[in-house]
Amino acid sequence: MSVKHSLLAVLADGERYGYQLRAEFEERTGATWPLNIGQVYTTLSRLERDGLVEPAGQDAANHVFYRITDAGRAELFAWFAKPVTRAERPRDELAVKLALAVTVAGVDVPAIVQAQRKHALAALQDYTRVKGRLGPAELAASLVLESMIFQCEAEIRWLDHVEARVLRHARESGTSPAKRTENTADREAAEPATATTEGKNR
Amino acid sequence: MSGTAILELRKLTRTHGKGAAEVHALRGVDLIVRAGELVAVMGPSGSGKSTLLSLAGGLDSPSGGEVVIENTPLGSQSKSQLAAIRRRSVGYVFQDYNLIPALTAAENVALPRELDGVSARKARTEALAALEEVGLQAEADRFPDEMSGGQQQRVAIARALIGERRLILTDEPTGALDTETGETVLRLLRKRCDEGAAGVLVTHEARHAAWADRIVFIRDGLIVDESAPSQRAEDLLVSDEVQA
Repeated sequence: MSVKHSLLAVLADGERYGYQLRAEFEERTGATWPLNIGQVYTTLSRLERDGLVEPAGQDAANHVFYRITDAGRAELFAWFAKPVTRAERPRDELAVKLALAVTVAGVDVPAIVQAQRKHALAALQDYTRVKGRLGPAELAASLVLESMIFQCEAEIRWLDHVEARVLRHARESGTSPAKRTENTADREAAEPATATTEGKNR
Repeated sequence: MSGTAILELRKLTRTHGKGAAEVHALRGVDLIVRAGELVAVMGPSGSGKSTLLSLAGGLDSPSGGEVVIENTPLGSQSKSQLAAIRRRSVGYVFQDYNLIPALTAAENVALPRELDGVSARKARTEALAALEEVGLQAEADRFPDEMSGGQQQRVAIARALIGERRLILTDEPTGALDTETGETVLRLLRKRCDEGAAGVLVTHEARHAAWADRIVFIRDGLIVDESAPSQRAEDLLVSDEVQA
């Protein structure tokens, strides 16, 4: 997530000081990515150094206000226009974990899948409850929540797919998915890895 | 969850066929659904989830175990008593809306009440109130084929909730509906449970199951796991107050 562009987005609305920026960012995104105030101030000073924001005076309580510059506005709209590439997202630890799990003898893969599914569903229930309480006016926050809801859903669908493939593979090769010898685990390594690649397609 | 138990499934089994063709659809299911609670049942096709729902609603009889609705064990009831329980205590919403094409929305909703012996005028008043609750008061005198899929399903929900029904059983209620209409249906179900009904929702869609208080996982006729919200995301909207 780009803190720099997030702050520019809030400043595009008018002058703000540090705490206001943090509060508004969190309000707009449903408080899904908490910012710490230190991060806000370091980012502001970098933005100022790069000419994207400039100081706009202080109020009686000594709050230092910032305003976006024309260069800052141009930078912000360029950021909006550019798609987020898949490479910018963190590596999928779950896919890697499951790919490794199917290669290690004695690992109960269906149990790992179920534990993960349960975790994802609990998160999905949480997000859904929060969403249920949001009013129709809270568009920005509900969009972020829905993004998380769809990600959870995609993960659960992928887990269903992994489970079905692991079970089918075990059936066809006559092994139990939970208890395999080292030899069969080695032999099975190649195929479920393919499943992982397919599933990452989301 | 501290509400009264509305539905109890005790060691429920259901076997179809005999001898070599014997299939164990349910192999001993225990489940309690309380007032105010929505429970989702998830599982792959053939896992027994629809069988569970038919048994819970008294539409099918178990091979073993017991179904208890509002403290009445269904097994000990005569056919006509069972029919009365099905009509008065249980509301059903299925994937295909099961509305009667020759009756208007209001008549469809009023029908179970009229069968209960309520006067036609009172049944209509209740039906109009139920339709208003699902946002369809303006469509009361339309026939099913004059309504969209989403509207028909809302009529089915109004019908499922009219009267004193405290148990609502739904099987893929959002079946053919688009995402947003499906969500309206689930919000409605959620609302009724928040107001004190007990709900069971059979679905294969995680996004829909997520509206439930509890999600039970069924595999090969057995409940194998259960998930409940972690409370964690509750914090999402109560981030620490910013003091400036």
